[in-house]
Amino acid sequence: MMFKTQHGLLCLLLLILTACGSGESNVSKGNREGILHWGNAAEPQELDPHVVTGVPEHNIIMALIEGLVSKNPTTLEPIPAVAESWSVSEDGRVYTFNIRSTARWSNGDPLTAEDFAWSWRRALLPELGNQYAYMYYPIVNAEAFATGELQDFSQVGVKVISPLSLQVTLTHPTPFFLQLLDHYSMFPVHRATIEKFGQPGEANTLWTRAGNFVGNGPFMLEQWDLNKVVKVKKNPQYWDASTVRLNGIYFYPTENVTTEERMFRAEQLHYTYDVPIEKIAVYQREKPQQIKISPYLGTYFYRFNTRLKHLSDVRVRKALAMSIDRKSLVENVLKAGQLPAYTITPPNTLGYTASSQLRYDPAAARTLLAEAGYKDGEGFPVTEILYNTHEQHRKVAVAIQQMWKKELNINVRIHNQDWKVYLDSESSGNFQISRASWIGDYVDPNSFLDMWLTGGGNNRTGWSNKTFDYLIQNVAPSAKTKKQRYAAFQEAESILTDELPIIPIYTYVSKHLVHPSVKGLSSNILDTLYFKYMYLEPESEPRSAIKP
Amino acid sequence: MLKFISGRLLQAIPVLFIVITATFFLIHSAPGGPFSADRAVPAQVIKALNARYHLDQPVWQQYLTYLGDLAQGDFGPSFKFPGRSVNEMIFGSLGTTAELGLYAMLVAVIIGVLAGVVAALKPNTAQDYVPMSVAMVGICMPSFLLGPLLVLVFGIYLEWLPISGWGDIPGDKILPAITLGASYAAYIARLSRGGMLEVMTQDYIRTARAKGLPEHIVIIKHALRGGLMPVIAFLGPAFAGLLAGSFVVETIFQIPGLGRFYVQAAFNRDYTMIMGTTIFFSVTIILFNLLSDILATWINPKLRHQSGGAES
Amino acid sequence: MSEAIAVYKQAEQGSSLWQDAWHRLQKNKLALCGLMVLILEIILALLTPWLAPYGYEQQDLALGAAPPSMEHWLGTDTLGRDMLTRIMYGGRVSLMVGFIATAVALLIGVVYGAVAGYMGGKVDALMMRLVDILYALPFMIFIILLMVIFGQNILLLFLAIGAVEWLTMARIVRGQVLSLRQQEYIEAAISIGLGPWTIIRRHIIPNTLGPVIVYTTLTIPSVMLLEAFLSFLGLGIQPPQSSWGLLISYGVETMEEYPWLLIYPGLKLSITLFALNFLGDGLRDALDPRASKD
Repeated sequence: MMFKTQHGLLCLLLLILTACGSGESNVSKGNREGILHWGNAAEPQELDPHVVTGVPEHNIIMALIEGLVSKNPTTLEPIPAVAESWSVSEDGRVYTFNIRSTARWSNGDPLTAEDFAWSWRRALLPELGNQYAYMYYPIVNAEAFATGELQDFSQVGVKVISPLSLQVTLTHPTPFFLQLLDHYSMFPVHRATIEKFGQPGEANTLWTRAGNFVGNGPFMLEQWDLNKVVKVKKNPQYWDASTVRLNGIYFYPTENVTTEERMFRAEQLHYTYDVPIEKIAVYQREKPQQIKISPYLGTYFYRFNTRLKHLSDVRVRKALAMSIDRKSLVENVLKAGQLPAYTITPPNTLGYTASSQLRYDPAAARTLLAEAGYKDGEGFPVTEILYNTHEQHRKVAVAIQQMWKKELNINVRIHNQDWKVYLDSESSGNFQISRASWIGDYVDPNSFLDMWLTGGGNNRTGWSNKTFDYLIQNVAPSAKTKKQRYAAFQEAESILTDELPIIPIYTYVSKHLVHPSVKGLSSNILDTLYFKYMYLEPESEPRSAIKP
Repeated sequence: MLKFISGRLLQAIPVLFIVITATFFLIHSAPGGPFSADRAVPAQVIKALNARYHLDQPVWQQYLTYLGDLAQGDFGPSFKFPGRSVNEMIFGSLGTTAELGLYAMLVAVIIGVLAGVVAALKPNTAQDYVPMSVAMVGICMPSFLLGPLLVLVFGIYLEWLPISGWGDIPGDKILPAITLGASYAAYIARLSRGGMLEVMTQDYIRTARAKGLPEHIVIIKHALRGGLMPVIAFLGPAFAGLLAGSFVVETIFQIPGLGRFYVQAAFNRDYTMIMGTTIFFSVTIILFNLLSDILATWINPKLRHQSGGAES
Repeated sequence: MSEAIAVYKQAEQGSSLWQDAWHRLQKNKLALCGLMVLILEIILALLTPWLAPYGYEQQDLALGAAPPSMEHWLGTDTLGRDMLTRIMYGGRVSLMVGFIATAVALLIGVVYGAVAGYMGGKVDALMMRLVDILYALPFMIFIILLMVIFGQNILLLFLAIGAVEWLTMARIVRGQVLSLRQQEYIEAAISIGLGPWTIIRRHIIPNTLGPVIVYTTLTIPSVMLLEAFLSFLGLGIQPPQSSWGLLISYGVETMEEYPWLLIYPGLKLSITLFALNFLGDGLRDALDPRASKD
């Protein structure tokens, strides 16, 4: 009779199972209602543009706020946004922005030059702790104000000429300055709202909550459920509201990339933040129109700790760098069309491609190692690759470990640490070789080169070269033409390639799964999203089985 | 009984105090602060952030401040999520995790006890081996494997059930509950089989049978009471463990629960959040252990005399 | 007094318990099978360096994940490494960790639980509250600190696993001992003046063996999976080494594309656990003191 009960329960369970159909998918519902369902990788730390640092936060803020200047979604050329036009002085140091009269905050308040001046002052307040304050440093005295040396903001090169005119003065002519204006750290914030909930220099007030938030972007914050979803809806006050075709976007904190892919397959998402490595080939084979891979302005590399005896020998560093088969690595391990990297600056960064490049040459590497005193790997000290805990870093490290074993006959250990410990080890020099990556803040070789200055916070290799410092700090900024400037970068980068404090490994790609109904999505090397151009166009055919 | 409960609750105070103190100093000695980041953080920013969260004070002073706030029920602001308080984050996601845990426990108890009892009725036959082998698989099968398997079969291929979310689409709570409950079901099956086997040889069961009572009455009225004792003892700690261990399931199914914070906070060095979740889970563990002891005494009055003295 | 001695003597005769148990175990075919499988696995693990067809670190990137073939009987993983070899080497790690870490947990847990349960009263309360405290401390932070302070070391793995797993064991044993202590023969043993250590060692621990063995068979799989988790975090074994738990957790990620990466290590782990389980059940039945009456 025990069995009878069991049968009864089984029937009940089956009943529940079958009774619950999946209902309408997010995608088809979204297509009907004009709502885009977006995989956004993580719960946003905050939505305050002067406080946050991550890409998930960036994505949401791009929907909620807009800067003086925006970018063409494909070419990344600066295009008018809040400023309808601007002029640059002949020496390239003074920018005057004309703010459009139709610019409004989402509560209807007019958006003025005063708003920008106030917002930028706030962004630089030392007590706010804005990690991207350095974006402002091209502006006269911005650095002094941000570090607290200067208290008086009127000495900073930001001046309100009239309610609709803002003048900015730079220390040096900075070709990438307009690009910076589209970075969220330079976005305006609504003064009255921030003051209502606290002091300008407070980072943890409630002004960013749904219902409180006032922005000026194409969308406005509708709902923010912790760890569940951030919903934004179309902002009717936006100056270019007629261009905006989506009614809203739902951002989901899809932490787990495998879960995210399954959600996409079950049509819960229009767009994913990432694609699991092993799924790339499957989609490329079976649903090529649903996977979008494009070059990304980032380099994956290994840092050497040049303070260590054996790694201070440039021949050893070269031997290690020259015996990595990058082509095999990107084709067989990474599999998403990443480019083998032979320089730190990604090729064709705003027309710049480094002329001196590393080679893959195991034979020469063996000779170099022998010259350094480790013939056939004999006597090579115990060396360790440090990486932060992540599946992909592990794979790369294991592959390189074997390449070095095979080509140079040296045994290298690999060791992972959790993110924070890894950061601590790296910045305190407690490593031998460490995995690293760098994503450009803006499209310019400077973003990849100025980090290698002597004692720079992101250098961490202990490497230093006076000529290199001089080229980056003096020659490039004072260059009159783009050609002269790039020539300085070329020279600097050739020093880097000769001395190799780092091993460039590959250039990143951005990879996403995109539902065919999503239109108006263009790709660019910063993977920056401009939601105002996106729209949904359902296919005529009903939901088909998507089973790669 | 009352004395027993109040005694245990009194003991909880020093336990909690030690946990709080030990955790506080442990996390402050772990390398990598809450504000370290991939890009070098400028000195003035670190200074501003440290000042905001009083990290520039000596650790013992921070500890006293923390205790003071805690005494007023304030867990402090989160370091990772600057606009949120730990109170808000814990109490905001507690309901979800508790609900998930409850369903998972229901799944575990129903399936586990049924399988265990069925197996114990005919030990060393197919009726025993089959459910026990399934239970063994359930124990071996970690949730990071079972979850994706269930999702693929019922969500992607059969399209019967939603594969993610919590309370958004009808039926989206079924797979997470089963995934989380499965390994506990397996434990319970083994425990209840063992308990039942033990009880079935006892004299009072033989007496009941001898009196001519129908077998199902014997089992339900007499045997289950004693036979489920080990299960009851297991349930308390299990439920607490289930809440703390819900991290994997919450991640697989995109559930906005507390388990995710518990694990992430450690990785983020979100000091206040680690403290908050640790305190919360300690209280849960203490309460549920107590509850399961009380339940055991209530079900088996014989224990009342024994454990009363031993437990106090 | 003399009555007490008689009761005690009677109980003492059960010391041929081990021989009886062995006889009973021999009659249990399933348990014997389990024992054989386990012995075979241990032999295989010991001989792996001579038997394995490839090196466990030997990779063929261009080959990548290939399904089973004549060259690679169980296929290769995404870095082109032979799965059979990796499973064989993984078994060395998993079996070692499974048995040693469980043994450590067993030893500490049983002794601690037995003492707490036997002493009762204040000592028991104090000891169990210590268990509560250890339960409550955040495990992740503990692991991170262990790694930072001691670096990466396989011994730490045993320490970390042992530190968690003995807690539940101690609880179970204590509960068992609490009820045993009320039994006549223990009272008899006390009354003839045997010291607590002798009683715990000779009477309490042998009589808790049943539940302890069952729980141990449940602990071994969770220890093996915990090892995978800790190794993933950087404590314990490092790539290119592997273990069954690690192979399975990587296999899960690619189970749709390369099912063999999940199925074979999963199968291997399951077989071992079934064997262990049958042996455990057999041992439990064989050691059951009441069973000797029949």
